[in-house]
Amino acid sequence: MAATLPVIDDPRVPQVELASFDQLWFQVAGTLCNLTCHHCFISCSPKNDSFGFLSLDEVQQRLAESVPLGVNEYYFTGGEPFLNPQMVEILIATLEYGPATVLTNATVLKDEWLQRLADADAASRFSLEFRVSIDGFSPETNDPIRGEGTFARALRGIVKLVEYDFLPIITAARSWPEADEARVVGEFTEMLRREGYRRPRLKILPMLHLGAEVERTHGYRPSERITAEMMKGFDRSQLICDHARIVTDRGVCVCPILIEAPDAVLGQSLAEADRPFGLSHGACYTCYQYGAICSNPSAASGGGHAARPT
Amino acid sequence: MTAAPTRLACFGGIYSNYLALEAALADVRRRGVDAVYCLGDLGAFGPHPDRVFPLLADHDVVCVQGNYDDSVGNELDDCQCGYVDPQDNHFAQISYDYTLAHTSAEHRAYLRQLPAEIRLEIDSRRVLLCHGSPRRTNEFVWESTASDHFLERLCREADADVVLATHTGIKWQRQLAEGRQFVNVGVLGRPENDGRRNVWYTLVEFGGDQVQVEFVPVEYDFARLAREMADEGLPAEFQETIRTGWWTTCLEILPVKERRRGAF
Repeated sequence: MAATLPVIDDPRVPQVELASFDQLWFQVAGTLCNLTCHHCFISCSPKNDSFGFLSLDEVQQRLAESVPLGVNEYYFTGGEPFLNPQMVEILIATLEYGPATVLTNATVLKDEWLQRLADADAASRFSLEFRVSIDGFSPETNDPIRGEGTFARALRGIVKLVEYDFLPIITAARSWPEADEARVVGEFTEMLRREGYRRPRLKILPMLHLGAEVERTHGYRPSERITAEMMKGFDRSQLICDHARIVTDRGVCVCPILIEAPDAVLGQSLAEADRPFGLSHGACYTCYQYGAICSNPSAASGGGHAARPT
Repeated sequence: MTAAPTRLACFGGIYSNYLALEAALADVRRRGVDAVYCLGDLGAFGPHPDRVFPLLADHDVVCVQGNYDDSVGNELDDCQCGYVDPQDNHFAQISYDYTLAHTSAEHRAYLRQLPAEIRLEIDSRRVLLCHGSPRRTNEFVWESTASDHFLERLCREADADVVLATHTGIKWQRQLAEGRQFVNVGVLGRPENDGRRNVWYTLVEFGGDQVQVEFVPVEYDFARLAREMADEGLPAEFQETIRTGWWTTCLEILPVKERRRGAF
């Protein structure tokens, strides 16, 4: 897998510093997932244990470590986070520290977990966000990528989350032509309303040409790299490595997308991981093009002329 | 640093709501304060943006530059509100195009020269007045997505004991370690997505051990504002927000807790 992510050892590669440690991510389920999506950027599957679960103790330790660093938001991803048997306890513990977001495929959620999380959410002043990943707004477009029957299962999970008033953000990688977007999104929104999700929240992501997606379509072309020229006048706060790091069971990595890259591990502690990263990867190019692809809409950094006070 | 008074009235986001501004300033005068500050976004959303400026001048209101003021002042292409959803941006653009087209050259020049922040020292407390956050004019700092340690870092990095900000459209405050405080002073331009039609400003009182913060509701002639918005051809969705107290646009930027409190 690492072979798809060659490090370009070139002094001209732009370096980005951790300007502000605002987001701490956790690869909480490693690369273990109950699904085997054909476009997964880190090739997660029921058998891929190249990254393992994080324990509640490990997460607690990192949360405490994040306080003096002034971290703001906590995000949990995998794999499928809810395969981690301590996931509910982990989210409850996190809500003591700050806002928590979990990225799930919504196919394994249990009522008992959601009730406990709803109680913890009600007791906390911080938001608990669910982001549900699907890939196509119908079985015809979703299931060829994520597996037979997964659209119906995800939809059941979404309805369940809505019943507990979580207002999940439905996140889809754009597997349709951009010109069709208004129609595709409009139809899906209507369908969600029919299913009982009265005010659907959506987040559309660009496709990342990494992991399993390399086989499904293609990888990044060598020309799809960030150059020093491109960084001139660019608002670096649009890049996630400017303001985030991710904890994995191998150490602290630069960003949620590149955990399998050979240069991704920056240190074993959060403080150690506060060092510059070279933007040598094709995925960096996608992040550059679209900006803030991993963050919640509420954490959007507007960029533009007003990005920094003068 | 400026020698400064001890009782401040602060508000943000007038959004061209000159009727609410008039009502708020009358209330402020009744109560008596030492200074009045607006934390930016004078125009947007509402009708007749030019009507706000004489009121500010008549009442010696000192203003910080918001993202809207920077955009209108410099005639930029958009409001730099920082939305990411296409529908949010669609409505934001309608609002911005109207506001830019109806703000006079004289007032654009005024907006252009406003400072991005104001610093005061009151009772040995360092006070920072800004629009979004101390580090970014258009940063959304929501109550439910701001950890205490993050807010403490913002204060520390900005060398401030008290930060007064706005931008999100919903007021809140947080007491932090070492007597620090972060206050979102709310906005006068539109109600808070809670089904109530009033808007809010904030009184901040220095003196004694604690900085006292009081959020003050402002009633105004919302029906007249909505009528004038209709007369100006502004979207029915904007008028509905003024008439009902529920946000109908720019919803996708809300975190789940704030979104859940609304109707849409």
